[in-house]
Amino acid sequence: MDSVFFIGILTLALIKATPIALGAMSGLMSERSGVINIAIEGMMLVGAMVAFLGSVAFNNVTGGGMPKAYSLVFGLFAAMLGAGLIAGLHAYLSIHYKVDQIISGTVINLLAIGITNFVANAYIDPNSIAGVGVFPKISIPILSKIPFIGPILFNHAILVYVMLILVALLQYALFRTPWGLRTRAVGEHPRAADTVGINVNRRRYINVILGGTIAGIGGAFLVLQSVGRFQKLMTTGRGFIALAALIFGKWTSVGALGSALLFGFAEALGVRLQLGDVNELQALVLLTGLGLAFLGLAFGLIKAIRRGSDTRPNRRIAIIAIAGIGLITAAMLIDWPTVNIPVQFLGLLPFIATVLVLAGFVGRATPPAAIGKPYEKA
Amino acid sequence: MTEPVLSLVGVSKRFPGVLANDNVDFDLAPGEIHALLGENGAGKTTLMNVVYGLYKHDEGQILINGKEVEIDDPNDALAQGIGMVHQHFMLVPVMTVVENLMLGNETTRGPRLGSLSDLDEKQVAEDVKQLGEVHGLAINPDALVQDLSVGAQQRVEIVKALYRGADVLILDEPTAVLTPQEAEELFRVMRSLIDEGKSIIFITHKLKEVLEIADRITVLRNGKVAGTTTPSETTEAELAAMMVGREVILQVEKGPAHPGDPVLKVEDVKVKDLREQMVVNGVSFEVRGGEILGIAGVQGNGQAQMVEAITGLAHVESGHVTIDGRETTNLKPRKVTEAGIAHVPADRHKHGLVLGYPIDENLILQTYYLSPFSRRTFIQPKAVRANAKKLVEEYDIRTPSISTLAGSLSGGNQQKVIVARELSRDIRLLIANQPTRGLDVGSIEYIHNRIIEKRDEGVGVLLVSSELDEILGLSDRIAVMYAGEILTVMPANEATKERLGLLMAGVREA
Amino acid sequence: MRALVTRAAVPLLAIFTALLVSAGVLLLQGTSPIKAYLALGEGAFGTQTAIIETLIKTTPFILGGLAIALAFRGGLFNIGVQGQLFMGSIFAVVVGYSIEAPPIIHIPLAMLAGMVGGGLWAAIPGYLKARNGAHEVITTIMLNFIAARIIAWAISPVGPLRAPRTVVPETQAVFESARLPILIADTRLHAGVIIALIAAFVVYWLLWRTVTGFEIRTVGANPSAARYAGINVERNIVLTMVISGALAGLGGAIQVLGLAPYNFTTGFNVGLGFDSIAVAVLGGIAPFGVVLAAFLFGAMDAGARLMQLRTKVPIDIITITQGLILAFVAANLIIRRLYRIRTKAEEGPVSLSELWGGEN
Repeated sequence: MDSVFFIGILTLALIKATPIALGAMSGLMSERSGVINIAIEGMMLVGAMVAFLGSVAFNNVTGGGMPKAYSLVFGLFAAMLGAGLIAGLHAYLSIHYKVDQIISGTVINLLAIGITNFVANAYIDPNSIAGVGVFPKISIPILSKIPFIGPILFNHAILVYVMLILVALLQYALFRTPWGLRTRAVGEHPRAADTVGINVNRRRYINVILGGTIAGIGGAFLVLQSVGRFQKLMTTGRGFIALAALIFGKWTSVGALGSALLFGFAEALGVRLQLGDVNELQALVLLTGLGLAFLGLAFGLIKAIRRGSDTRPNRRIAIIAIAGIGLITAAMLIDWPTVNIPVQFLGLLPFIATVLVLAGFVGRATPPAAIGKPYEKA
Repeated sequence: MTEPVLSLVGVSKRFPGVLANDNVDFDLAPGEIHALLGENGAGKTTLMNVVYGLYKHDEGQILINGKEVEIDDPNDALAQGIGMVHQHFMLVPVMTVVENLMLGNETTRGPRLGSLSDLDEKQVAEDVKQLGEVHGLAINPDALVQDLSVGAQQRVEIVKALYRGADVLILDEPTAVLTPQEAEELFRVMRSLIDEGKSIIFITHKLKEVLEIADRITVLRNGKVAGTTTPSETTEAELAAMMVGREVILQVEKGPAHPGDPVLKVEDVKVKDLREQMVVNGVSFEVRGGEILGIAGVQGNGQAQMVEAITGLAHVESGHVTIDGRETTNLKPRKVTEAGIAHVPADRHKHGLVLGYPIDENLILQTYYLSPFSRRTFIQPKAVRANAKKLVEEYDIRTPSISTLAGSLSGGNQQKVIVARELSRDIRLLIANQPTRGLDVGSIEYIHNRIIEKRDEGVGVLLVSSELDEILGLSDRIAVMYAGEILTVMPANEATKERLGLLMAGVREA
Repeated sequence: MRALVTRAAVPLLAIFTALLVSAGVLLLQGTSPIKAYLALGEGAFGTQTAIIETLIKTTPFILGGLAIALAFRGGLFNIGVQGQLFMGSIFAVVVGYSIEAPPIIHIPLAMLAGMVGGGLWAAIPGYLKARNGAHEVITTIMLNFIAARIIAWAISPVGPLRAPRTVVPETQAVFESARLPILIADTRLHAGVIIALIAAFVVYWLLWRTVTGFEIRTVGANPSAARYAGINVERNIVLTMVISGALAGLGGAIQVLGLAPYNFTTGFNVGLGFDSIAVAVLGGIAPFGVVLAAFLFGAMDAGARLMQLRTKVPIDIITITQGLILAFVAANLIIRRLYRIRTKAEEGPVSLSELWGGEN
């Protein structure tokens, strides 16, 4: 395993992680305010379709005269608008009509699948509408020359940078600003927030819709930075993986990015597996090691920051982290025999991991305390 | 005469079906501690919620320093310098003290980015520490609220009000959740706040405290002001009388008891709550067949947990529960029920009924798996309906039909459903926990009569109630529960309202 | 009678309103809604073949809807119907081609295997919920994906269940002895629809006529009161999920045992999870209603093909309509305000989202 291999796989991991991280941040906005969001998938799907149609429409309207980047950017904003609107429907149903938030999420998913398939079948496919293209890679000067890290982080198309900036921005905003404080209060103890004059439902509306726009960016990525055209159901469950990343990352944007990277790395490993660069057993050990190390470090870090009084599981966390690091080293150094492990099992990682976390096997995954309950003024 | 800092003139507040505050006049002089005393349901909290802007009054005026003001929400109240420490804390458990204090009124530093500015937690932490030192309130600004003791959380709530610039502080039953030592601490803080120039309204039902700390005392009873006085001009006994009124006790027709063998023996039972605190602290008593033992006490002194320990719903840490001579400690609830216990729970909506079920299904909630209601795992609807028809008639349950959902019934009829279900079984012990809370007079009378009836059939009755009238009217023997312990057990004819009121407030007898 | 009419009013008007909105979408697209809906109706009921297709498509909806409705009644949100259905199909298929037995044994055995598969797959989230309070919405969704991947592997070239000598990922076909009997000669109508109807009766019987059903419903309606009534809440959570999963698994079994080519292949009933929720809610989470709602959805699915053929309208308009129906039924206040209906406070579906935080 040489550095070229690593650079390649880590770069691919970051690319694969981007839509997942964006989806997770969409969920973060909603759930931190107390509204369950299982419709990330639907919002991303709508975002993808609108991104495609928007960019094509802009290109047609301007007669191809402008550089295609303008069309792509227009498509991006259109996607944000479209996904935001559909998120607004989720908010409207669950906040105003107090529909069970999971049912309203289901409505969104059904409508999203129906509408995007409909439009694809009615307009896009029959007319073989071609996309405008994809965002080009932008190499950040100087930074991309840094050995090893440079090529991995600073040689991407724009939406990857957007995602990274959003992660940092949300982490800061959620934990270090008045906006974040009030949002979190609304999700944890809406009545306490109410008694200091915060408008709970309005805040929830805004956050759900903003979250929708972020999902729209995620959907736009799939079209405008990946395959360049819209395919039916192209989200292929990423919205739910994003939900898993959110939970796995304990409802923080940095945690969600970490989880998304882990899941993205699994995908990237899968790709290299096909190319024969890695063998299955090695990949499995490496992934398990990474997963354990991530969990251990993430949980441990959160404990350290939070200054909680519950110190009992610290030893367990340390063991998990060390075991993880050990497995990673072993994976990279040992020459592993070729064992036939199905490649699909690697793809199971995000899902199994989330189930384990939810089952409480690795620390507690506590969502915001007031999530799921419509807020009623006393 | 100095202008009162706060005045209420003719304030009334109505809720559907109940006049919670009836033409109340109240004033708070600058620099005084004014206690608002009354039983549960007298209207004290409602009145203060009106002052704090959580409710809007229907009639009357609120004056601050002689000027009339409109208070539509807590922000208005805070702007007027009124702060409130609620009975149930309005603190976000997973946030730190500083974050809770800042919420809604955040201090920021650095570039002015509106609500995306950087929170200045350091500054607030310092301000809070200072504020704490000035008043002798030990506060750790960086602690998570959920890690703090109840007393510490209360201190945070007080500092929160002070931090917002409150000059008038309303404390709603602050000692209800404190140990005696923490209560003393609180009083010291209160006196220090007065020295600072603040004024305090102190809501409580505990007599001893009121005499210790208050400058003036106003007693509310049934939404009206029953009287205003000062500690030097009154006694505990007199205050108790004002609180409960000199109305006639609901007298039930009750013959003498003929108690037999004990049906329930509770020996040194201890129960912990979710915070690992001992909430039932070594309770011992017995109930004999054919008698009613009444356990008086303000709700929240461990009665609910004690009842759950007896019925198998809570874990008994140590001690024994014996029913009819058989050890039932920590048995599964169904096994305890089968040992011959009936339980009318305090929270009829949460524990006693399934509101979404029709009456007939609610009536078999404890017995659905037994014959004749089920035979070989199949429910027998005919038997269920027949049983329902019989019980509806027997217990005078007013309902359009036996298929009416329990949620549509009035409170009194809902309780009758529970009573019918429990009393119609073959039982040795009846546990009735707050059996007539929130009910109309007719239903109260009815349920009391059925309880007496059961007693006369030889059933032992454990009556737990915070209504003194009820305890005095029904019980053959009376015990008082306070802070997880049974204080005294006495024959009914040795009990008076005054004596019980004192015990309920924690005043132990020599 | 009056009560029945008022109870049916909201769902019927919801359907009507949804069709109206969809008609609007069709107009935007440039199709005559009347032509489209007529074609839809004809495709669903116009010929014997059409009716048979409707019945065939109704069957999985009945079982999926029953699974979700039963779980709802028990206070649980089983979104894992898809994965449980897959597991049921696989188990049934394997039993179908691994043993030899006369139909009278083989068919019930294969169906039972399907129920076991679905039940086991649902037991996992059920157990995690009962023991640790893990919210079943996410665990079941995750298990859906896990099931899909495991099965994808199983029928891949290296998988154990791959049929020999094919290039398509699929299993072997089940033996004739395991295939469901055809009800009308030379048609596709298999006995599955009868089985589904029987299942509806059984679910009704179970929930409202047995002790077990009483306990399940009580836990769903008020877990605190259930505990006070001596019911073992944790055990019931697991039981409810298992029965729900078994129903979904039965649905999967019927699909492979009833329809040619009698094997399991990818692209199988994708997306059934969410529309089963719509069926269950439209049907008032009760077996009889579920059957009717399933029939509607089955008819729409069956008729959509003809509609697309005749009027070039993509069949996805049906999915849009289904989503709208769910929205209007769930937010029935919209319908009630629109049509000025006044109904007494009914027991709606339990708000299950309140248990997301793991507190029970």
